[in-house]
Amino acid sequence: MTQIELRGIEKFFGAVQVIHNLNLAIADNEFIVLLGQSGCGKTTTLRAIAGLETIDKGDVLIDGKAVQHLKAADRDIAMVFQSFSLYPHMTVFENVAFPLRATRMSSGEVDKSVREVARVLRITDLLDKRPSALSGGDMQRVAIGRALVRRPKAMLMDEPIGALDAKLREEMRAEIKRLHVKQGSTTIYVTHDQIEAMSLADRIVIMHEGFIQQVGTPDEVYSHPANLFVAQFVGSPVMNIAEASVADQAGAASVRVGDAPAGFEFPGQLLPKLNGHSNGGLTLGIRPEGVLVRHDAAPGYIPVEANIIEPLGSFDIVDLKVGSTMLRARTKAGYVSGPGEKVHVRIDPEQAHFFDTASGKSLGVRL
Amino acid sequence: MAAVRTSSEVAFNRIAIAAVLIATLIFLAPIYWIASTAFKPKELAVSVPPTVLFEPEVTPFVRLFTKRVQMQKTVDPQAYEAAPWWEKRIYDGGERVLKVGKDVQLSQYPDRFMNSLIVAVISTVLAVGMGTFTAYGFSRFKIAGEADLLFFILSTRMLPPVVVAIPMFLMYRMVGLNDSHIGLIILYVAFNLSFSVWLMKGFMDEIPKEYEEAALVDGYTRMQAFFKIVLPEAATGIAATAVFCFITAWNEYAFALIMTNRRAQTAPPFIPSQIGSGLPDWTTIAAGTFLFLLPVAIFTFLLRNHLLRGVTFGAIRK
Repeated sequence: MTQIELRGIEKFFGAVQVIHNLNLAIADNEFIVLLGQSGCGKTTTLRAIAGLETIDKGDVLIDGKAVQHLKAADRDIAMVFQSFSLYPHMTVFENVAFPLRATRMSSGEVDKSVREVARVLRITDLLDKRPSALSGGDMQRVAIGRALVRRPKAMLMDEPIGALDAKLREEMRAEIKRLHVKQGSTTIYVTHDQIEAMSLADRIVIMHEGFIQQVGTPDEVYSHPANLFVAQFVGSPVMNIAEASVADQAGAASVRVGDAPAGFEFPGQLLPKLNGHSNGGLTLGIRPEGVLVRHDAAPGYIPVEANIIEPLGSFDIVDLKVGSTMLRARTKAGYVSGPGEKVHVRIDPEQAHFFDTASGKSLGVRL
Repeated sequence: MAAVRTSSEVAFNRIAIAAVLIATLIFLAPIYWIASTAFKPKELAVSVPPTVLFEPEVTPFVRLFTKRVQMQKTVDPQAYEAAPWWEKRIYDGGERVLKVGKDVQLSQYPDRFMNSLIVAVISTVLAVGMGTFTAYGFSRFKIAGEADLLFFILSTRMLPPVVVAIPMFLMYRMVGLNDSHIGLIILYVAFNLSFSVWLMKGFMDEIPKEYEEAALVDGYTRMQAFFKIVLPEAATGIAATAVFCFITAWNEYAFALIMTNRRAQTAPPFIPSQIGSGLPDWTTIAAGTFLFLLPVAIFTFLLRNHLLRGVTFGAIRK
């Protein structure tokens, strides 16, 4: 049973503030992912929890007890580093046993614990090898084994699979998930890869420039991004963002993107909610899968010209020129034959997001 | 690199190998000279042109280790017959070995050699040990004025050491450190420390600090992490630094000559003092020099793997 709470954390590197008044409560057994670009403060936050970094203000609580003045060794937390940090002069066995050697455990028990963890992680065959003889995936398993072996209160992972190639990353992602389900320990995981975050997290914490942007389940941050940063950071391909204006057209809402000649038709019930923002302060967000494309004209569709086409195997991303604005649409592979082709496009009102341009905040208007 | 080697590449390779061979011969020539002189009969040592082929003998080593005097008259045939083989070699040279009762009196060479060993080993251990700790501190912690401090440490090497020899000698005499092992050890540690700190800092910087951080999180104190993780990782650097410190201390001549005369005198000032008067006995000097070369050669040979990596450390990213 381990709860971790961060209260009002602030951290400066010299004159630069890297974490601003960070508050976060993490429940027992929860898998939390800190997601953000490099330099957003996510790794610093993780290191502050581990005790490898001091904080300038605030409290780090583990099970209700403030630990910010404790040494890393006394916090009973394990950490997996991006570089794996396996000790090159020790065998895999010694590496995994290393945290246990710091305790007064008998060598028989150490042996038993190491072999148990090795079995779970399927690294029993590797125990006598040196880290330099291992593949990237095996190194990562050993690093996780070293973290798991003494059953810590919490696991911290700093981009643990960032150094692996794409295929292995996918495998190890599944493996980490499997382990978490099986072992069930409070885990804080840092990554800049939103796919990793979506697939692993119970809750995602999105950070930008030292501020928390949004905390929520993967579905929440994907379907209800709190602001423009989250909207564009989560989801692939990236969400379209465009200045928009709303007009009342015979009871229905007409949403015009940029200087487009015609507006997209939206249900009239949006009108009262959007009216306050109709003077150039409105931004429309629509994921490429919400941009619907067809060859022949139909009600609600406006004619546009295709620009660049990126084939991605199972689907294509087509850049469509709507006025001077580019909207990216996701289509079936080969649906639009080439640049310059005339097609018709509509925006799915149910997938549209609206933001206040000035503050970037979501208006919370969804159908 | 091309898949198939062209003839010009092969030719270049051969020239390179030839150049390396020639360079090796040039470097080995003086060592061969000393080694061969150490086994030569006395009269061949100074022959012109130099003798290359001769019957090697160990008489120079016998002379090196014994106290001898010139004989005024010829040796008593009975005494000659009773003498062991090595004593006969001395008689052959017109000298006799000094004895107290039945015991052969040894020359000062073993003592001087021992002094060298004591001073070089202890000063190396201290310089490398202190340098390693200091370098770790500089490498891992934020230290106010770090660059200035490091420059200050380096600046102690910007003066030819011998410039301070006279004041050092006067100070040493005042505090009673002259002609003592501890005095020489302090001097050599002071010489080597700046070198040791700078070299070890380079090695420490190369060790990822995540290793220690992992150990810290795994329940170890920083001191434990230092001994269990950093030291084994720094072994290569420590070996390389130790070899260089040892060679410096082992070969130091000027200060040893000035600061010591009897009790703590090391081998470098002692060996040339054996030239003596009259005709120099080059073979005995060569024998002393040859033995003197061995510890460094052995030490370097034992650490050669570390040394090779140590010297090229940081050139290639692992």
